[in-house]
Amino acid sequence: MLEKMIFGRYVPGNSFVHRLDPRSKLLFIFLFIIAVFLANNTMTYGLLLAFTLLVIFISRIRLYFLFNGLKPILFLIVFTLLMHFLFTKEGAVLLDLKIFKIYEEGVRQGIFISIRFLVLVLMTTVLTLTTSPISITDGMETLLNPLKRVKLPVHELALMMSIALRFIPTLMDETDKILKAQLARGSDLTSGTIKERIRAVVPLLVPLFVSAFKRAEDLAIAMEVRGYRGGEGRTRYRQLNWQGRDTLVIIIFIVLVAALFWLRGGS
Amino acid sequence: MKEILSLDHVSYTYESEDGESRKAIDDVSFTVWDGEWIAIVGHNGSGKSTLAKMMIGLLFPEEGSVNVFLEKLDAENIWDIRSRIGIVFQNPDNQFVGSTVQDDVAFALENNGVPFEQMVPRVHESLAQVNMAGFLDHEPHHLSGGQKQRVAIAGALAMQPKLLILDEATSMLDPQGRDEVIKVVDDLKRTTGLTVISITHDLEEVLLADKVIVMNDGKLMLTGKPEEIFAHGEELEAIGLDLPFASRLSRYLRQAGVEIQGEHTTEEELVNELWTSHFNK
Ligand SMILES: Nc1ncnc2c1ncn2[C@@H]1O[C@H](COP(=O)(O)OP(=O)(O)OP(=O)(O)O)[C@@H](O)[C@H]1O
Ligand SMILES: [Mg+2]
Repeated sequence: MLEKMIFGRYVPGNSFVHRLDPRSKLLFIFLFIIAVFLANNTMTYGLLLAFTLLVIFISRIRLYFLFNGLKPILFLIVFTLLMHFLFTKEGAVLLDLKIFKIYEEGVRQGIFISIRFLVLVLMTTVLTLTTSPISITDGMETLLNPLKRVKLPVHELALMMSIALRFIPTLMDETDKILKAQLARGSDLTSGTIKERIRAVVPLLVPLFVSAFKRAEDLAIAMEVRGYRGGEGRTRYRQLNWQGRDTLVIIIFIVLVAALFWLRGGS
Repeated sequence: MKEILSLDHVSYTYESEDGESRKAIDDVSFTVWDGEWIAIVGHNGSGKSTLAKMMIGLLFPEEGSVNVFLEKLDAENIWDIRSRIGIVFQNPDNQFVGSTVQDDVAFALENNGVPFEQMVPRVHESLAQVNMAGFLDHEPHHLSGGQKQRVAIAGALAMQPKLLILDEATSMLDPQGRDEVIKVVDDLKRTTGLTVISITHDLEEVLLADKVIVMNDGKLMLTGKPEEIFAHGEELEAIGLDLPFASRLSRYLRQAGVEIQGEHTTEEELVNELWTSHFNK
């Protein structure tokens, strides 16, 4: 299940968005998150929403996957919307329900904030749906490369990340196996007081940790005998290549920001 | 013939907390020649993995020396020598570093600074050599144990090693996976003249070897051709090793008074002798 939460996300495809270099995508998303805060009126929020929908359309993601990514955040959006409806008391009264009144400004603010949320979540979901975790790691590594000068172990972090991603399914299988072995021995994880349940988890975690350490040791040996000595002097098998379409993405971003500034209401 | 590897009066003791230290390897010497297939057998804890670790410089002997490609292994040349030896360990999952098959095969190439242009053909070639060419983008958890071990072999081959060490590389596999791996190594040995040292419990693998080394409690007990080794049936069983079915049967037959001339390690040989034996009288 957890595997689905992390991996079920990437859906291979061949759209314009899929084929972009992970660096341009990461850069775009990062800047986009900042740019979203430029919006402050109907026009600008409308533009952001339209742009996001356009990206989704271009990426040809099935809406089902998108909605899955959205589910956990939906509650938050509805909650913010309601809070604004109930507690913002500015502008004309739209609806008078005796117990409370809904004001125009409340509705406006509520909708704006919801769009902001929605746009951010949709965009990052598009990123994770169209980019494999390993590409994201690769992109991060190259983008963060300049930080090596300030002694940030960029290569090591990226390697750790990719090994962690690679071992998640293995450890999942293992957890499953241990769980079944303990269930077969009469361990009960689904009933009893919280204390009892926590106690039942211990026999699950201990073998899992023991084996994870054993794996880590084996892996370290396997890496060493294959000549791993850290990032120094290492070449890369995975090549990223920045193409025309990646530059286009950055130009589109600049145009978008210009448009946001232009349509933005003075404040 | 060229020498590939030799151990010269090598000993090793692990440091243990309880102070009670027994030599894991005790005065072991042998030489491996170019193109040979060596099988190392021995009971659990007899020191086989310790030997393998010394051959690749993960451990250094306390006494004696390990010579690889006629160079004494030391802290100076260890990375160079490692780049010319391939080693595959027991657990298929714990030695798969890359996130896909091709990444894993390229791992040693990346570490040794091989330029990208050379990496691609080498990855493809190595995978073809182990019959895994169609699996470039597969992720490890979608592969069988035998497939993972073959990828591990490809990862070693990518560096074009002269020597391949297998430390119980087939012991966690099902019979089919084991056969696949053995076949791949056997083919490689025949087509490329690769030198193979295989640490194993599997009798079939032992029979493929040119020379067998039997380890017992850290000491080298016997060495010789498989037939010669299996002639020492009782001694082998005394230290907890299995014998091929044909060897065991020959011994029982002999004990029962049937005259058997040669040493047979395969059923076919034994059957051949048995059905002709009557005529020889
Ligand atoms: N890291 C270690 N620390 C202490 N003692 C060790 C260590 N590794 C191995 N030993 C001991 O050294 C001896 C030889 O171990 P080794 O792993 O070489 O045996 P092996 O022949 O490979 O056994 P197996 O067939 O189980 O793989 C054993 O008695 C073992 O308990
Ligand atoms: Mg061992």
